[in-house]
Amino acid sequence: MSTIALTDAHPGSAAGRDWIGPAPKRIVTGYGFWIFILSDIIMFATLFATYAVLLGQTAGGPTGRDLFDLRNVAIETAFLLASSFTCGLASIAADERSAIWFQIAMAVTCAFGLGFLAIEGNEFASLVARGAGPTRSAFLSAFFTLVGCHGLHVSAGILWLLTMMAQVFTKGFRPDILRRILCFALFWHALDIIWIAVFTIVYLLGSAK
Amino acid sequence: MSNAHNEADVAPGDEQLDHGSVAQRITGYLTGLGLAILLTATSFFVAGTNLVWEPSIPVALVVLAIAQMGAHLVFFLHITTGPDNTNNVLALAFGVLIVILLMGGSLWIMANLNHNMMPMDQLMQMQR
Repeated sequence: MSTIALTDAHPGSAAGRDWIGPAPKRIVTGYGFWIFILSDIIMFATLFATYAVLLGQTAGGPTGRDLFDLRNVAIETAFLLASSFTCGLASIAADERSAIWFQIAMAVTCAFGLGFLAIEGNEFASLVARGAGPTRSAFLSAFFTLVGCHGLHVSAGILWLLTMMAQVFTKGFRPDILRRILCFALFWHALDIIWIAVFTIVYLLGSAK
Repeated sequence: MSNAHNEADVAPGDEQLDHGSVAQRITGYLTGLGLAILLTATSFFVAGTNLVWEPSIPVALVVLAIAQMGAHLVFFLHITTGPDNTNNVLALAFGVLIVILLMGGSLWIMANLNHNMMPMDQLMQMQR
């Protein structure tokens, strides 16, 4: 409460700016979640560094060029991009308090996310079936860790997405629900940014060499 | 300076406090989507083509990826250079610094070690 005393002591303070008090909760929450996302990105950076270091350690096994199917990756990318767009539409619908459009946009986002996971799961299963599982070489261990970690994040995001749909359905657009929607949108868009790094560094550079 | 509320911060992910109409906001997301599709398509084209000088391909891919991340940050996450976004941008800058140190440092050290280390078969023979 020292801030109030400060306002009283310096009305229209020396900085030439009125004291506007603590930031609204939406800003504090969003900022805190932004910090979390940045720390998550740093965790991904360690996985990327590991992958880059282990890229050549194939132990005589298959390299990325032998394994990656760029057409699948293009479809996955399209799904994630589209889901990011519909997630943005859901944010707009939430700001406009339109429950119907919010649910529709979130359902479409969920469908794209599930499509992404299905393709990725398929890819992993076929790699393991071809004897190129995570135990084959250090390169493949790093590949499965990095791409799998992104996939886990998408799975968690879908669970969160469904939770938000249910909460809006039962509780409506309360301020705390709106804050959670803000954080979810940040999370989902950040996953898309990480996927840009994945498809560039892992798939495109891996196939080009 | 007269109206302090114009100077207030904006939460990351939020657009400006007095954001425009729904149509304007959808146009913003459409712009971002269009840019992202353009950059992604270029990336996939560059990776698979013979029309580009080969050693330039990795550089081109990295540049395209960074450009696309920028497009996502601006149009989807609404991280801008405005005064209401200073905190968000500073946090992002710190994150980027750590990421660069982490990845650059790891690659540098490991490449250096790799370069200075004896080939594995010779090492094994010495241990015999």
